[in-house]
Amino acid sequence: MKKINLYIVLLLLTFGFANAQQTPGKKQTRTIAITGATAHIGNGEVIENSLIIFKEGKLTTVVDATVVKMDLTGMEVINASGKHVYPGFIIPNTTLGLVEIDAVRATDDDSELGSWNPHIRSLIAYNTESKVVESLRPNGVLLAQATPRGGRISGTSSVVQLDAWNWEDAVVKEDDGIHLNWPSSFSRGRWWMGEDPAMKVNKNYEKQVKEIVDFFNATKAYSKGTNQTLNLPFQATEGLFDGSKKLYIHVGNEKGIIDAVNFSKENGVKEMTIVGGSDAYKVADLLKQNNISVLLKRVHSRPGQTDDDYDLPFKRAKLLVDKGVLVALEGSGDMERMNARNLPFYAGTTVAHGLSKEQALQLITLNTAKILGIDAAYGSLEEGKSATLFISEGDALDMRTNILTHAFIDGRLISLESHQTKLWKRYSEKLKTQD
Amino acid sequence: MLKIPLRLLLFLCSFSLLAQEYFPKNDGVKTINTNYTAFTNAKIYITPSQVIDNGTLLIKDGKIVASGAQVTIPKNTTIVNVEGKSIYPSFIDMYSSFGVEKPKRESGGSRSPQYNPTRTGYYWNDHVMPESNAMSKFKFDSKKAKELLNAGFGVVNTHIQDGIARGTGTLVALNTEGGNEVKILEQKSGQYFSFSKSVTSRQSYPGSIMGSMALLRQLYLDADWYAKGNSKTKDLSIEALNKNKSLVQIFSAGSRANALRADKVGDQFDVQYVILGGGDEYERINEVKATNAAYILPVNFQDAYDVENVYLTQSLALSDMRAWNQEPSNPKVLADNNISFAFTTHDLKSLKTFKAKLMKAIEYGLSKEKALEALTTTPARLLGKQSEIGNLNKGAYANFLITSGDIFEKKTTIYENWVQGTQTVVNDMNTKDIRGDYEFSIARENYKMTLKGELSKLSSEITIDDKKRGSKVSYSDDWLSIAMTSKDSTKQEFIRLIANVSQGENFNGKALYPNGNELTFYARKIDSKTKNKETKKTDSLKVDSSKTKDVTPVTYPNMAYGFKELPKQETLLFQNATVWTNEAEGILEQSDVLIKNGKIVKIGKNLSDSSAKVIDATGKHLTSGVIDEHSHIAASSINEGGQNSSAEVSIEDVIDEEDIDIYRDLAGGVTTIQILHGSANPIGGRSAIIKLKWGEDSQDLIYKNSPKFIKFALGENVKQSNWSSFERFPQTRMGVEQLYIDYFSRAKAYDALKKSGKSYRKDVEMEVLAEILNKERFISCHSYVQSEINMLMKVADQFNFNINTFTHILEGYKVADKMVEHGVGGSTFSDWWAYKYEVNDAIPYNAAIMHNAGVVVAINSDDGEMSRRLNQEAAKSVKYGGISEEDAWKFVTLNPAKLLHIDDKVGSIKVGKDADLVLWSDHPLSIYAKAEKTIIEGVTYFDIIRDEIMRSQIKKEKAELINQMMLAKNKGLKTQPIKKKEKDQMHCDYIDHESH
Repeated sequence: MKKINLYIVLLLLTFGFANAQQTPGKKQTRTIAITGATAHIGNGEVIENSLIIFKEGKLTTVVDATVVKMDLTGMEVINASGKHVYPGFIIPNTTLGLVEIDAVRATDDDSELGSWNPHIRSLIAYNTESKVVESLRPNGVLLAQATPRGGRISGTSSVVQLDAWNWEDAVVKEDDGIHLNWPSSFSRGRWWMGEDPAMKVNKNYEKQVKEIVDFFNATKAYSKGTNQTLNLPFQATEGLFDGSKKLYIHVGNEKGIIDAVNFSKENGVKEMTIVGGSDAYKVADLLKQNNISVLLKRVHSRPGQTDDDYDLPFKRAKLLVDKGVLVALEGSGDMERMNARNLPFYAGTTVAHGLSKEQALQLITLNTAKILGIDAAYGSLEEGKSATLFISEGDALDMRTNILTHAFIDGRLISLESHQTKLWKRYSEKLKTQD
Repeated sequence: MLKIPLRLLLFLCSFSLLAQEYFPKNDGVKTINTNYTAFTNAKIYITPSQVIDNGTLLIKDGKIVASGAQVTIPKNTTIVNVEGKSIYPSFIDMYSSFGVEKPKRESGGSRSPQYNPTRTGYYWNDHVMPESNAMSKFKFDSKKAKELLNAGFGVVNTHIQDGIARGTGTLVALNTEGGNEVKILEQKSGQYFSFSKSVTSRQSYPGSIMGSMALLRQLYLDADWYAKGNSKTKDLSIEALNKNKSLVQIFSAGSRANALRADKVGDQFDVQYVILGGGDEYERINEVKATNAAYILPVNFQDAYDVENVYLTQSLALSDMRAWNQEPSNPKVLADNNISFAFTTHDLKSLKTFKAKLMKAIEYGLSKEKALEALTTTPARLLGKQSEIGNLNKGAYANFLITSGDIFEKKTTIYENWVQGTQTVVNDMNTKDIRGDYEFSIARENYKMTLKGELSKLSSEITIDDKKRGSKVSYSDDWLSIAMTSKDSTKQEFIRLIANVSQGENFNGKALYPNGNELTFYARKIDSKTKNKETKKTDSLKVDSSKTKDVTPVTYPNMAYGFKELPKQETLLFQNATVWTNEAEGILEQSDVLIKNGKIVKIGKNLSDSSAKVIDATGKHLTSGVIDEHSHIAASSINEGGQNSSAEVSIEDVIDEEDIDIYRDLAGGVTTIQILHGSANPIGGRSAIIKLKWGEDSQDLIYKNSPKFIKFALGENVKQSNWSSFERFPQTRMGVEQLYIDYFSRAKAYDALKKSGKSYRKDVEMEVLAEILNKERFISCHSYVQSEINMLMKVADQFNFNINTFTHILEGYKVADKMVEHGVGGSTFSDWWAYKYEVNDAIPYNAAIMHNAGVVVAINSDDGEMSRRLNQEAAKSVKYGGISEEDAWKFVTLNPAKLLHIDDKVGSIKVGKDADLVLWSDHPLSIYAKAEKTIIEGVTYFDIIRDEIMRSQIKKEKAELINQMMLAKNKGLKTQPIKKKEKDQMHCDYIDHESH
């Protein structure tokens, strides 16, 4: 059948360069030049006809080829004219690599017992062999912040790159931040005890906030003491006060955000980011004044309340960007790991609702890198930064044209194969031979 | 004739009124009282419409002997002159649990579900208990009786408020004297039903409202079959049900939506229920009226929300605010529509608030006559007791109220409530009304005193030379005592006053000072004209408030984004659009489409129609509406997992037209969806295919002449792999196959018997399965792994039918060739996987592989969020597998239409098809596209510009309602804390919470 033939050609095109599946790419040995592509820098700029050169994993040249001519002799040249180059997308606040299959408890490593778990570290449980991890790469998602869940303080996240033999290889920034779940304003009735299951005002809100303040005070007191008996949670929290760790406060509603901002200021937290931030757009000015960034709740979600604008989740990013708040997109919630590969399309949707394509791109590249504190090396195609990037046949924010031909992490050409592409090929072949 | 003060009547009445003459008596002589009592010179409400201005009520032996303007009073009569007072029939509450202990929730035991009944000799479902009778649990509750009497009630119909078939109620007179021999007016009065399971049994079925509906239907069918003598075994439940079917049948619906559902069940079996409503009937009064049912209305109108906290208030939904504003108008709306109704105190937190709530309904326009009917003649008639209760005609029970005046006025006092001739004093009517303004002076100080409030709870205001003094008053038996703070406010000292007020308007008294001094004083009532003026002033205020309250207009649905008036069908001409026909013509550039009378009438270039509204679609794309083969929005329940087969239930029974996700789907270009039953069991329930006609009633959403569908399911959910349940068959995929073979074999035998013309027991579940065998109903089967997909096709082959659709079908790509051979379609997710073990091999290339193999492929959502972005999900097939854009678009339009057998009307832009169209701002598969207009049958249900207007209206209305609630709070009215409305996100796995 004609259709099938065309389809196999396409398949070969896409995967012709691929290494063996699951095997991490080898260290860059030859200098690589990508020519003719439209380069989306990640900082808002675009170079229509670009020349991108990287050596030993670092970008050495990112220029407009119509202006700068260079001798590419001795380099591996990839002609990408008509194609697009992007910095690797970054998915923050994700349980990627911590859970493999939701319904199989044995594969679930994202949430520890207890309420105060700053000492619980995601990095050591991050599974580089996860089938979910490899499924993100063909869509351009190359970095992730592996983040634990649960409790008042869930634990400590780390930033990883998605092509590694083990977590030591994977780590980009170890123990980058502590994740605090801010108390909610509403709590649910316990229907199994005969209570109305509706959401009611959380009467314990103030008490729960005070518990957080108490915990932070205790940590500060602990760090002043000498010859203290080791207290793992306190010890793990100290980094928040010297700026070596960032505090990620997971909070959605307006009052909660204001309280969280005030809390951070009053408690000497050096670096804080709001995660979720459904109502952040309502307090954008406050966030801007205090230089507080937002990892914004999944764009592809339903509005929280019946009366909300149907497109509220789609336009929140625009509302915050317009106010000058540093915003990046996250995707936590139901099926967050397998859906993480849709990160570029979350960004694409914000374009339909007001942002420019390059602004939207920033939400999943440079802005994220800035928030995670890895922007010195990642997040944009700038000379001196890591060659963590990919080439797409077309606009990578649109499903139809997000088709990757090459992807590099730290200059290493990585496999775009996965469990899924393998099955695709196997069964396409089976049906073809039956034809 | 004997004239005595009424107070003494108490003694007269303590005789047992309806003494049981055949009972032996060993403690004295038999006394029989044949005296009469007459109440004269009263305004008598014999019925709400028959009022005697100056009449006499004559009673004897607990019954009314005569009432009217001209009543002959026999000699042996005690006469009570109640001049200036009014007499009403005592009220009736026909939905009560008076004296019946609330059944207790079964506690302890294992948490694993129970599938079998706990009883024998009764119906197979524990929640069906028509054999129950309130009398079996009845114990007269004197305390509660007193509360009810104080509120004006004389008779209640009480029942055990538990279970689906609840058995019979008992009609009880709230007579404080005598025993059950007089109080029980009818042991079995009314047969009660509800959709809620019994708390006393943990039997799983039914686990949803649609299950409760199905259970009731099957019960009626079985009862009929049993009545004809077909059963070989005894069923006490059915026997009771049949025996009590001539009684009034009362259904505890508790909401408008459930009232309509109950009526639907009743209509099928010629049962007209009297329905306990929810107070929200006004929201769709036409549908409510069409039930032809009488209603029992609660009056528990909500308090205003406490909206002081700005942040918490943000979580309050417009619909909740409106409910507060609109609910008090509910009785008026029913009355205006000639729907007959009775009031109940059910769900009222305190009986003391009953009158206030009632007055609120009147304030909102309910006439007093209707209000009185709803408390007297209507419930009496509904109970079939119109000659005995609810009126003051000869022969009726002497159940009546003596009041100071119009019972629905705030200042009116109920003095006495007589039940079966037994007097209960609510407020002593001989208490002299000393309310008013007084002046007196003690020790050269000039006092002014106002006595006000109810006589039983008098309050006082005292000023000395215009300075206020704290005071507390008590008043009974003609003695007034007052304690007031002394002049020196720094001291905790009191001046005490005491006076007898029995003589005349003014009174003498004495004052006791903190130092022990005693002084006398003389209080003079001020007959001031100024006071009269004030009264006039309040009167004029009253005129204002007696005008009907402003009620926020109802919208359809009655919530945010509802329509005040439903949008109309229009003739529309789209000009210069890129038209995605989904037909041989493909994608037409710069073309026009004309729609008229809800149909597509012309497609071409340079079209014109003088009657058409022209829409410039330059640069835009016009497509047919998106169709979602697998949705769970717009339903009140999704899973009936109480048994391994639930073919008897139907989603059509539980469509929720008030789901905001309908509107959101429209904003995503969706026009038609199949609401599938969940995947809790191998044989699920019947589907509803609906068009998203936002604003229409639930039953009008249903696709006309809907093809019949049923949901089946395979794999982990039906095996109950992912939660602790080890009791229900099947637990393995092996068992699933045998379950199907078992059910289909039985259905085949059933169908053969039915077709043979021999008598058979009608079984809804078997009827539905037989439809499948007869190729009249299609299966959409939730499926994941190839082995089970293959299995079900083989089972279908064995019974000579085809599976219509495999939904999810995530391993369809592994058996696409077999699917083609079987002729089954595949409706899949674009890229979901890894949430369960069985979706480990799910790949986003699935749609492409199946399509390339020749399977009719659709992309579905199973999710209220994804549903509104199905255009994006379709576009993923371009990325994953290189499907052409035209074919990818068909995955969410024409192909699901084909799978649903509705492609003759929808799914493409073709002359003659339904005008279900979407105008997109961009290429419909582009991530950058937005739906700008979504049209169903020529009606624009979503318009992006209108949406903007609605947003500002919602904002404005909420602000107004918040202001009204602030006012209510400032007036000192009670408030309730903020609730946050939250909708469950329903997936296949969604299980309803217990019983609701």
